[in-house]
Amino acid sequence: MKFQFQSLADLVSMSGHGPYVWACYGIGLLVVAYLLITPMRQKSKFIRQLRRQYARQAAASGSVDSAP
Amino acid sequence: MNWQWFHRLGSPRWFYQKTSVLLPWLTFFTLAILLVGSVWGLAFAPADFKQGNSYRIIFLHVPAAFLSLAGYYVMAIAGAVGLIWRMKLAFVVMRSAAIIGAALTFLALISGAIWGKPTWGSWWVWDARITSMLVLFFLYLGVIALQEAYQSETTANNTSAILTLVGTVNIPIIYKSVDWWFTLHQPATLKLTQASTIHPSMLYPLLTMVVGFYLFYALALILYTRAEILKRECRTKWVAEMCGVDVNNKTSRT
Repeated sequence: MKFQFQSLADLVSMSGHGPYVWACYGIGLLVVAYLLITPMRQKSKFIRQLRRQYARQAAASGSVDSAP
Repeated sequence: MNWQWFHRLGSPRWFYQKTSVLLPWLTFFTLAILLVGSVWGLAFAPADFKQGNSYRIIFLHVPAAFLSLAGYYVMAIAGAVGLIWRMKLAFVVMRSAAIIGAALTFLALISGAIWGKPTWGSWWVWDARITSMLVLFFLYLGVIALQEAYQSETTANNTSAILTLVGTVNIPIIYKSVDWWFTLHQPATLKLTQASTIHPSMLYPLLTMVVGFYLFYALALILYTRAEILKRECRTKWVAEMCGVDVNNKTSRT
């Protein structure tokens, strides 16, 4: 197994096919990143919401306790 | 026979807690294998004698197409399990599989189109394989749209599960399209029953990418399913505790 190109510039241009190949891999990277980041962001957003909701509830019940 | 494992499998909490242990390992191996496979395919596999360097798209195109088909089975089986056993986790998996499947089918189609330009001289041809893949993409989008279309969660789950099962008929058509019709698309390179028509120096990076994509599929499916589980189980005590909210303290004060 050996490196198939003369130089880094050769790897980028791929004797004319570079734009096609790199466009594919670029889109591939975007799709993979999207599918991993979206559920993680959904999860952390949800946890933040839930914490805020519980904090609000705790504050509300706290004020009822101290009122009388 | 002990069926406890089957019922436990249906428990969202059990699923969430078991996958928490697995996730760091799975993430590490998935990204490592995908990185190795890409570098191998892009820089170290020899160029094709006919297509030159443009063939390097195969290392992305074929695994994405594989998983868009295998993912349909995952979605269909999950839909069937949900319909038969009324297992709520199954519908969550079905919904997650639809999103991932749509994204991977999109990737297979677009990488195929970009590969088609230098190879066939055209971005798009209405060829049997490509058209049936486009139908697959619309089926995935249909399942996602149906999930959103109903107010009632039960109706949404049932209708999209039925669409999923009906759409299964498209899968053998896609597999066989290159044999049944005269197409521009080349026939299958990897075969289970006969020797593959590809040189080992190109086969090994391709298999590495296929394994990497299978792992990636599992990883994405678990991540989406976990996010959905949290949303659906938000009123339960275990979710509250996991988010670091002290439920006991709150109840003792009221």
